[in-house]
Amino acid sequence: MQNYDSSDRYLKNLDDGNREIALTTDDLHVAYGTHEAIHGVSLGFERFKITALIGASGSGKSTYLRSLNRMNDNIAGTKVTGKIMYRGLDINGDNIDVYEMRKHIGMVFQQPNPFAKSIYENITFALKRHGEKRKDVLDEAVERTLKQAGLWKQVKDDLHQSALALSGGQQQRLCIARAIAMKPDILLLDEPASVLDPVSTATVEDTLMELKKDYTIIIVTHNMQQAGRISDYTAFFHLGDALEYDETRKIFTRPKIKATEDYVSGHFG
Amino acid sequence: MTARKWDKVATTVLYLISIFIIFVLAFLLLYILISGLPHVSWHFITGRSSSFEAGGGIGVQLFNSIYLLVLAMIISVPLSLGAGIYLSEYAPKNWVTSLIRNAIEVLSSLPSVVVGLFGFLVFSINFKFGFSILSGALALTVFNLPLLTRKVEDSLQAIHYTQREAGYALGLSRWETVIHVVVPAALPGIITGMILGMGRIFGEAAALIYTAGQSSPPLDFSNWNPMYIASPLNPMRSAETLAVHIWKINSEGIIPDATQVSAASSAVLVLFVLLLNLAARYVGNRLYGRLTGVKERK
Ligand SMILES: Nc1ncnc2c1ncn2[C@@H]1O[C@H](COP(=O)(O)OP(=O)(O)OP(=O)(O)O)[C@@H](O)[C@H]1O
Ligand SMILES: [Mg+2]
Repeated sequence: MQNYDSSDRYLKNLDDGNREIALTTDDLHVAYGTHEAIHGVSLGFERFKITALIGASGSGKSTYLRSLNRMNDNIAGTKVTGKIMYRGLDINGDNIDVYEMRKHIGMVFQQPNPFAKSIYENITFALKRHGEKRKDVLDEAVERTLKQAGLWKQVKDDLHQSALALSGGQQQRLCIARAIAMKPDILLLDEPASVLDPVSTATVEDTLMELKKDYTIIIVTHNMQQAGRISDYTAFFHLGDALEYDETRKIFTRPKIKATEDYVSGHFG
Repeated sequence: MTARKWDKVATTVLYLISIFIIFVLAFLLLYILISGLPHVSWHFITGRSSSFEAGGGIGVQLFNSIYLLVLAMIISVPLSLGAGIYLSEYAPKNWVTSLIRNAIEVLSSLPSVVVGLFGFLVFSINFKFGFSILSGALALTVFNLPLLTRKVEDSLQAIHYTQREAGYALGLSRWETVIHVVVPAALPGIITGMILGMGRIFGEAAALIYTAGQSSPPLDFSNWNPMYIASPLNPMRSAETLAVHIWKINSEGIIPDATQVSAASSAVLVLFVLLLNLAARYVGNRLYGRLTGVKERK
């Protein structure tokens, strides 16, 4: 791989008082044991926008994304240092109620992981655990989120069938429905479309465009067209650093950094 | 072409092996049933056994077997669930837990005679429980617990890590995720383990000979107060189970119809294990359906 000067960066500072910021990371480092995978990334994410994280395999996109709702807490030996500011609170601090925080910052994974439960239970289960008992509210959540995820028409006749009987793409849309049923503030998605066919992908993209009215979305994607189609901002990751962060339009037309330019034009490495 | 040919050969070989195994099992089962069932009658199943004359039954032995099975499962199911969940979901990966795992491995392959002698020394002699249902149930627990624990742990481990992550990402705690996501998903495996354990307990003789004893006192089937000395439920009385009965009449039986009684008892034992199996599967499927919210199991 060609060596790029990682001190050569352009990170647009969105936190200039002109817009609402949903989440920022400040000098975030993530280490798996002795191996540091993220070397101090500082980014701010605008509220009600879609931000895409792009970069080569192994550049640290998933690692960075997963630290935003502290999913890395569960991997033994992982150390996350630096600040993650959400509503004036450093959610990387020790005294944070991680479970409460995750209700506000939801996540959809690369591999669909529906529970071994019915479609209906997959969506309502966590709501019920968090205290929602009213049947009409639960029913409404199921219908609304399945519609938003573009799955309603296909499953509405048998909501009590096992989610494991769905196809991979359907399972992924169910996982998206499940995540938005929690009405999170911020939705993190790690390559959600990698298992989807083009039609489902288009549905999910439409869904995300729709959802950004109410949610702040951060999405990891390998698909440049997808990043270009749906995102407002794009961050380019390279070897554990964010090298460029700007409006998507600019990243794809006039990148300021050589590494970004090579990556988006396919001349990388 | 050769690959396809080999595939055919391998398939045929595997097919023949399976047929062979099924044949052996079917032969055994049919042999036991055919030689035993003609001697099984309602009188035989419910009647009292006799020591000298022909025509005795196995009513008390059957009751003892069921009672011991229930007691042993009541003790070992919660313990094995707790231990299995701890080992799979909470235990840190260090030398202590790997020592525990190895110990469980060794214990689960312990010969049942050894368990019986251990139970005799510890429960019957040391704890002064004597030859009693309690000693027997504890010995069966020692016999069964390691295997059940392993089975629970294995079933939980088979549930993919991403299932747990799905729970965490929805703001569920580790405990909630384990209890409401991981355990229900692992339930079919856990139930299978429990069924195997029940069959093992029901057919076990060696572990019981020196713990639950080889005879039963006269029982008063009209008084079910466990505190009453002659009550069938009294846990401190000795109890000969069906498997022990079979062993006994074959080794030292002097009844003239020993062969028939032992064949018939074996048939009842096998049938009962089969029934247990079906019942447990039925209950397991219902439970799985309830816990997962899936109306029909596909
Ligand atoms: N659980 C883990 N334990 C140890 N190292 C890890 C772990 N997960 C990721 N890494 C390492 O961290 C670095 C970044 O990985 P990460 O998965 O974040 O990359 P990515 O940009 O998401 O790649 P991809 O596009 O392939 O998903 C890699 O060097 C990887 O080997
Ligand atoms: Mg990744």
